[in-house]
Amino acid sequence: MTDATQTHAPGTHPDLPPPLGNRGAIKWMRENLFSSPTNTVLTLLGIYLIYLAIPPFLDWFILNAVFDAGSRAECWERASGACWSVVIVRFDQLVYGFYPVELRWRVDLSAVLLAVALVPILFDKAPYRRGWFVFSLIYPVIAFFLLWGGLGLEPVESAKFGGIMLTVLIGVTGIVASLPLGIVLALGRRSELLVLKVISICFIEFIRGVPLITLLFVASTLLNYFLPPGTYFDLLLRVLIMVTLFSAAYIAEVVRGGLQAIPRGQFEAAMAMGLSYWKMMGLVVLPQALKISIPGIVNTFIGLYKDTTLVVIIGLLDPLGLSQSILADSKWQGLSTELYIFIAIFFFISCFSMSRYSIYLENKLHTGHKR
Amino acid sequence: MSEAAAHVMPQSQTDQVAVQMVGVHKWYGEFHVLKDINLSVDAGERIVICGPSGSGKSTLIRCINRLEEHQRGQIVVDGVELTNDVRKIDSVRREVGMVFQHFNLFPHLTVLENCTLAPIWVKKTPKVEAEEIAMTYLARVKIPEQATKFPGQLSGGQQQRVAIARSLCMNPKIMLFDEPTSALDPEMISEVLDVMVGLAESGMTMLCVTHEMGFARKVANRVIFMDGGEIIEQNNPEEFFNNPQSDRTKLFLSQILHN
Amino acid sequence: MSAIEYQAPSFKLEDLWTDRRWRAIFVQILALAGLFAFLAYIVNNTINNLQTLGIETGYGFLNDPSSYDISQTLIDYDSRSTHGRATIVGILNTGLIALCGIITATLLGFTVGVLRLSGNWLISRMMYCYVEFTRNVPLLLQILLWYALVVHSLPRPKNALEPLSGIFLSNRGLVLPGPEFGSGSWIIFIALAVAVAGAIAFRRYAKRIQETTGKIYPVISISLSIIVVLPLLAYFAAGQPVSLNWPALSGFNFKGGLTLRPEFLALWFALTIYTASFISEIVRAGIQSVSHGQTEASYALGIRPNWTMRLVILPQALRVILPPLISQYLNLTKNSSLAIAVGYMDIVATIGGISLNQTGRALESMSIVLAIYLTFSLSISMVMNWYNKRVALVER
Repeated sequence: MTDATQTHAPGTHPDLPPPLGNRGAIKWMRENLFSSPTNTVLTLLGIYLIYLAIPPFLDWFILNAVFDAGSRAECWERASGACWSVVIVRFDQLVYGFYPVELRWRVDLSAVLLAVALVPILFDKAPYRRGWFVFSLIYPVIAFFLLWGGLGLEPVESAKFGGIMLTVLIGVTGIVASLPLGIVLALGRRSELLVLKVISICFIEFIRGVPLITLLFVASTLLNYFLPPGTYFDLLLRVLIMVTLFSAAYIAEVVRGGLQAIPRGQFEAAMAMGLSYWKMMGLVVLPQALKISIPGIVNTFIGLYKDTTLVVIIGLLDPLGLSQSILADSKWQGLSTELYIFIAIFFFISCFSMSRYSIYLENKLHTGHKR
Repeated sequence: MSEAAAHVMPQSQTDQVAVQMVGVHKWYGEFHVLKDINLSVDAGERIVICGPSGSGKSTLIRCINRLEEHQRGQIVVDGVELTNDVRKIDSVRREVGMVFQHFNLFPHLTVLENCTLAPIWVKKTPKVEAEEIAMTYLARVKIPEQATKFPGQLSGGQQQRVAIARSLCMNPKIMLFDEPTSALDPEMISEVLDVMVGLAESGMTMLCVTHEMGFARKVANRVIFMDGGEIIEQNNPEEFFNNPQSDRTKLFLSQILHN
Repeated sequence: MSAIEYQAPSFKLEDLWTDRRWRAIFVQILALAGLFAFLAYIVNNTINNLQTLGIETGYGFLNDPSSYDISQTLIDYDSRSTHGRATIVGILNTGLIALCGIITATLLGFTVGVLRLSGNWLISRMMYCYVEFTRNVPLLLQILLWYALVVHSLPRPKNALEPLSGIFLSNRGLVLPGPEFGSGSWIIFIALAVAVAGAIAFRRYAKRIQETTGKIYPVISISLSIIVVLPLLAYFAAGQPVSLNWPALSGFNFKGGLTLRPEFLALWFALTIYTASFISEIVRAGIQSVSHGQTEASYALGIRPNWTMRLVILPQALRVILPPLISQYLNLTKNSSLAIAVGYMDIVATIGGISLNQTGRALESMSIVLAIYLTFSLSISMVMNWYNKRVALVER
C-alpha cells in the first residue's frame, strides 16, 4: 500500500487497483443502494416493506398451507395457511372443464401438437423450417377435429369445453384469425380509395371505442336477431367471432403504425420496378412493416389472452367460471383466494413468457441489420 | 418560350424517339410545378437536367415512369402513351429503370434478393437465371462479393451502385437518375459516377438530374436547365457551359461553379 | 402553347380493371354495394326475427318504472324510478369510478415510473416486480381477488379495522368521515374559484414581468399557496360552515360518514393498480426517450438540474407520454365495465344488465350502451388528434 507515495519514471507507471470501497460488494452497495440520503431512506423503506409482506405471504402460501385435505373444514382445522387441496382435487376440471374423461387424451394431443406447430413460427433458426411450416398451417384443421370430433372421432359438443383448455382455445384462435384480418384492415385504412378507407376506419374505431364485454353481450343477446330465423350458432363460436373482430381492430392499429414507419421511397422504388399493389405490399412493404410491429402485435395478443377471462360473464366455463362452480360446492366454499391465485399464476406464466419473447424479438431486431 | 423542336443536337445513333413530352403541365394542389414541358429524347441520348431546387426537375423525370401523374399534355415513352391504363403503366415501368437520391434499397432483403425481386415477380424470370443476371450486373458495378450482405451493411456509395445494378437487372431501355450522388459523402461520389459513365458508354438512354457538372461535360450530349417549372435553356455541354444564353442560367452556373 | 389537349376519355368496359381511375371507382362501388347488401341482410333478418318472436321495438320502455334497486347512487333513485333514470345512475357511476381510477392510477403510475428509473437497485427491482405481476394477470381476476379479500378476509363491522381514528375498514367496505355542508359553504367554493383565477392571472403577470425585466418569480409555490390560503380564510370568515360527519357503529353496520362499498373498493383498487403499471411503463419510456444529449446540452448551458427537467426534459417527454397516457385513461374507462362481475352498478350493469333482462329490450339497451361508450371514446380521440397535430414536432 505504499504505491501512493512511490514515484515512477514517466511511462513506467503500473496499473493499480482502485482504492478500497471503490470495488466489489461495498462499491456496488454504495452506488446502488446508499448513493444519497434519499436513496438510503428509500432502500430502508423497501426493506421494511419486503419484511412486512413476504414472510406472512410465504407463511400462508407454502409454510402453513395444506395440500391433501378432503374439504375446506379439514384444511382449516389443520393449519392457518392456504388450502391448496381444492386446486389439487379439482385440477383436472380446471384444465379440461367438462370434457369427457376418456377423451381427454385428445386435448393433450392437440396441446402437444400446438407446441410443435409453434416452434417454426417462433424461432427462425428451427431446422427444416419450411416443411415444418406446412404442418403449422394445417394444425388448425387437425386441432378442430381432435377437439370437436368427427372423422371417426367421437363428437364432443362445445358446451363441455372449459378450463384452461378453453382459455388457450379462445386465445389461440383469436390470435390466428385476427392477424390476417387486422392486416387487411390496416391496408384498408391506409388505402387511397376513400370508401375502403372510411369503412376500415369506422370498423376499427367502433370496435376500439367500446369495451369487449359489451361486444360479448351483443354476441350472446343480439347475434341471433341478425341471422336468418332458425340458424343456430353455438355460443363458443359466437364468442370466437367477437374476440377475433375485437383483436383485429387493435392489430390493425399496430400494423398501421408499422406501415407509417416505412419511408415513401420504399413504395416508390417498388412501383418504379413495375410491382403491382399487392406484390409491392407483399414483397416489400409488409415484410418490413410487420417486423417493426411485432412487439406491438405480441402485446395485443397478450391483451387478448388476458381478455379471454371475460367469457365467464356471458356464461362460458373458463377457469374463472369453473372456480365459481367449485366455490358453490359446500365442501370448498370460501376458498376463492386459493383458486384465483392458482389461475393468476397460470396467466402470469403464459403472459410473462409471451412478453419475454417479444423483448427477445425486439433485441434481435435492434442488433440485426440496421437500415 | 422554348420550342419543342429546338434540339440542336447532333443526331443520335438511331432515329428512334425514347421519350416524347408534349405540352406537359402538372400541379401540386395550387402550385404549378411543370409548365408546358416539351421534350424529346432520342434513344441513346444522355441528358443531364440541372436547375435550382424546387425547379421541377425531379418531378419531370418522375412523370416519365408515372410516379407522378401529369394533368395536361402527352408523354410517350418508348412508343407507349402514359394514361391511367395500368397495363401501359406496367409496361413503361418495365422498360424504365430508376435510381433514387436515397437509394431506396429494400432493407429486409439481401443485395442479391434486391436485384432479383423485380425480374422474378414482374418478368417471371426463373430464379436461377435471375440470379445469374444479377451477378453479372453486380460484377459490372464492381461489388459481386457483397451479394449476400444486407443493404444496411454497405456504405452509401456501395448502396447506390447496388441500386443501379438492381435497375439494370430489368434490362431497361431508359434509365432515370434522380440526384444519385447528392446523398453521398464526397469520397464516394466518384465510384458511383464511374459506374454511370460506363453505363453511358454502353449506349444506354439516360436522363440524369444531377449537379455534377464534370459528369455533364464528360458524358452528356445535352444539358437542360430548368427553373420555375420551365425548361429555360438546353444545349450541348460545350455551348451550355461556355456560352449560356439566359441570365438565369448564368446566375445558376456562377453559383454552382464557384462553390 | 401545347399541341395536344387531354382527350376526353371514351369509356370501354375493360377500363373497369385496366384503367386506374375507373378501377378505383369500380372497386369502391363494389365495396359499397357489398356493405349495403350485408347491412340490408342483417336489418331484414332482424325485422323478420322480431316479428316472428312478437317483440315490440322502441325506446318507450325507458319511461317505465325500473322496479330494481341500486345500492350506490349519486342522484336520487329508487325502484319506482324509470329505466331512463337507472341509465343515468349507471353513467354517473361509470364516470365516478373512471374519475377516481384515473386520478389514483396517474399518481401511482408516475411514481412507479420514476422510481423504476431510480439509481436505487432495490427500489427499481421492486417496481419491476410490481409492474410485471400486475400487467400479466387478467384484470377481471384482480378485481375478483380484491373483492374476495375485502368480503372474506376483512372483519365484520363490529371488529372493523381502524387505521386512523374515524376511518373504518370492514367487510362492508371503507367508511370515512364525510363532509357536511352547512349554510354559507358557497363562500368557500367562490373563494376557491377566485383563487384559481387569481393564480392564473398571477402566472400571466409573472410571465410578462419575466419577458420585460427578466425577473423570475417562484410561480408554482405562489399559485399553490393562493389556492390553499384563500379558501381556508373564507372557511374561517364564514364561521366554519363545513363540518365532518363522523361515522359510528350502530347495530351491525355503520351510520353516517361516507361509505365506499366493497365492490367499489375492489374495482377502484384493481383498476388503479392494473392501469398504474401500464402508465408507469409509458412514463419510463417517455423519460428515456429524451436523449441524454439533451440533458448534457442543457447542463452545458448552465441550466440547473431541476430547471433542466422543467424546461428541457419534461416538455419533450410529455409529448411522448401524453397520447398513450390518454389511451390508458380510455382503457381504464372501458375496463370499468368489468364492474358487472362484482355487482357495481355501472352503465353496463344497469341498462345493459338488469334493465335488459327485465324488459327483454336487448336491441335498444345494447344500442344505448354502445352509443354512450362510443360518444365518450370518439370525443376523446378527437381531442387527442387535435392535440397531436398541435404538438407534432415540425420536421422536414
